[in-house]
Amino acid sequence: MKRSPAVLVALPLGLLFASLFVGRFQVAPVDVIHILLAQLFPGAHDWPAPVETIVLQIRLPRALMAMCIGAGLSISGAAYQGVFRNPLVSTDILGVTAASGFGAALAILLSRSAFELQLIAFAFGLAGVALTYLLARVYQTTPVLMLVLSGVVVAAFFSALLSGAKYVADPESKLPAITYWLLGSLNGASLRGLATIVPPIVAGSVGLLLVRWRLNLLAMGDEEARSLGVRTEWLKGIVIVCTTLITAAAVSVCGIVGWVGLVIPHVGRMLVGPDHRLLLPATLSIGASYLLFIDDIARSATAGEIPLGILTALVGAPFFGYLLRKTHGTWQ
Amino acid sequence: MAVAAPIIRLCGVAFGYGERTVFSDIDLDVFPGEVLSILGCNGCGKTTLLRCISGALALDRGSVRLGETDIARMSARERARKIGFLFQQHTPSFPFPVLDVVSMGRAPHLGMFASPSAKDMVLAEQALERVGMHHLRDRPYTEVSGGERQLVLLARTLVQEPDVILLDEPTSHLDFRNQALSLRTIGALAAQGMTMIMTTHDPNHAFLFPGRVVLMKQGRFIGAGPASEVITDASLTATYGIDIAVVTVPRASGPGEYRLCSPWLPS
Repeated sequence: MKRSPAVLVALPLGLLFASLFVGRFQVAPVDVIHILLAQLFPGAHDWPAPVETIVLQIRLPRALMAMCIGAGLSISGAAYQGVFRNPLVSTDILGVTAASGFGAALAILLSRSAFELQLIAFAFGLAGVALTYLLARVYQTTPVLMLVLSGVVVAAFFSALLSGAKYVADPESKLPAITYWLLGSLNGASLRGLATIVPPIVAGSVGLLLVRWRLNLLAMGDEEARSLGVRTEWLKGIVIVCTTLITAAAVSVCGIVGWVGLVIPHVGRMLVGPDHRLLLPATLSIGASYLLFIDDIARSATAGEIPLGILTALVGAPFFGYLLRKTHGTWQ
Repeated sequence: MAVAAPIIRLCGVAFGYGERTVFSDIDLDVFPGEVLSILGCNGCGKTTLLRCISGALALDRGSVRLGETDIARMSARERARKIGFLFQQHTPSFPFPVLDVVSMGRAPHLGMFASPSAKDMVLAEQALERVGMHHLRDRPYTEVSGGERQLVLLARTLVQEPDVILLDEPTSHLDFRNQALSLRTIGALAAQGMTMIMTTHDPNHAFLFPGRVVLMKQGRFIGAGPASEVITDASLTATYGIDIAVVTVPRASGPGEYRLCSPWLPS
C-alpha cells in the first residue's frame, strides 16, 4: 500500500514503453529507445524508416489514446459511482453512450469523414446528457433517482434511433461500418484524433480532480452534503459536465468500450480505499494501464484486429462477477 | 432568559408541501445555551420545522432569523458555519474511516477545491474526543454500531463549529444503552453552553435537559415552557391523543428525583 504511488506512476509508463515494441510487426526494444532518444537528440539513424513510422506514427498515438480513454473512462466512472452512491453505475448512466452511438451511426449514414464522425458523435453525447439533465430537473434540484431514470429514458430513446439508423443503412457497406464502429476500436488512432480528444479529457479529469474531496461529501447524500454547506446542484453539475466531456470524447473516437468505467473504480477502491482524494488519481493510472494492455492484446493477439469493446467486456464481466461474489455486493 | 437576545427567532413561519400546509404562524425564540425539545406525534411537522430552521426548506411565509440575519439571505456555506444538523437517518455510504467522516464537517470553512489540512484533522480528533469516540478514529464508519455512528456524525457537526445544533430524533434507531449514551453526550454539550434544538419521540428525554419544551400537534404549538410545567398528564394526553401518566419517582441511589411518563394501556 505504501508503494502504491510509485507503482501507479511506473505501471502506465512501463506499459507505454512495452506497447511501442509489442505487436505483429516486431521491433526490438533497443530500437524503440534509440528512436525515442533520436527525437530529443537528432543523430545518425541506423534503423529502417518504416520502423520509425510504426513506432512514432502508429503505435505511439494509439497507445496514448488508449491511455487517455482508459484513464478518462475510469475517473468518470469513479466520480459517478460516488455521486450516485451506487457501485453498478457506469459512465453511460446518463445516456451519453447511446446518444453518441446514434450520432456516429448518423454520420456513417451521411458518409461523413472520420473526423466529422468524431465531432458529431461528441455533440450527440453532450446533447443526450443535457436532455437527461433537463428531464431530471424538479423544483430546481436533480435528485439522483430522477437522473438515473431520466438516463434510462434518454438511452432507450437513442437506442431506438440507432436501431432505426441500422435498419435503413445499406446492408452491404454502411450497416457493417456502424456495427463495427459500435464494437469499439482504436484502429483509427492518429495524432490528429489524439489532439482532438486530449483537451476535453484533460479538462474533465482536472475538473474532477479539483473537486475530489467534495465527492466524499456528496457521497454522504444530497441532504447531508447541503447541511455541510455544499452546493450540491453545482457540484453535481460540475461532475456531470466533466464526465460527459470525457465520455463523449472517448466514445466519439473509439466507439463503445464498456466495462472500463464500471470495473476500474472497484479495482482502485481495493488498492487505495474509497477516499476520492486518492481514488481518482489511482483510477487514472489503473484505467490508463488497463485499456493500454487490453488494446495491445486487441491489436497483436491475432492476425486481425479484435474489437476493443469485446475484449473489455470479456475481461471486465467475469472480473466484476468475481468482485460481486467476493464482496457480496457491498463497497468493501 | 428574558435578558439575552434570542439566537434564533421564528416569526410567523409557514410551510407546506405544495397544497398541503404543514404549519403556519409559528413563532418561537431560542436563547443561547438553551436545549429546546420539540415533542409531538409522527407527522406533526417536527422534522419539517427543524429543516425550515436549518434553511434547507424555503418558507412560504414568515422568517427565521439567526441573530440579526434572515437565514434565507445566507448562503448554504454561511448557514453551515452557524447551524449544524444531525439527521435522524443516515444511509451508509463508502467505508470511509471515522476520522475522515468527522473532518467532512470542515467543509463550510474550506474553499471549493480545498481539502482538510492537518489543522482541520486536529479539530476533527478533538471533536471525536468530545463525543468519546476517539478510539474509533481509524475504523470504517460503516462498521461501527448505530449508536457509535450517531456520535461520530455528532462529532462531524461539532467540527462545523456551529452556534446552534439541530438534532432530529437523535435517539431513534438506538437501543436503550446507546440512547442513554447519546443523551449523556448531548447533555455534556448543553453543559458547555451549546445551543440545541432537538425533536424527540420520547417525552422522557425532555426531562433530562434544563431547557424548554414545545408540544406540537398537527402543525401547531399547543404548549411551551419548562419541562416540569409543560409536561403533564393532560398536555401529553392532548399531544398524543392517548392516556399518559406523568409520575415522580425518588432516585434510590442518592438525592434527586426522576420524572417519568408512560402511556396507559387498558387491558
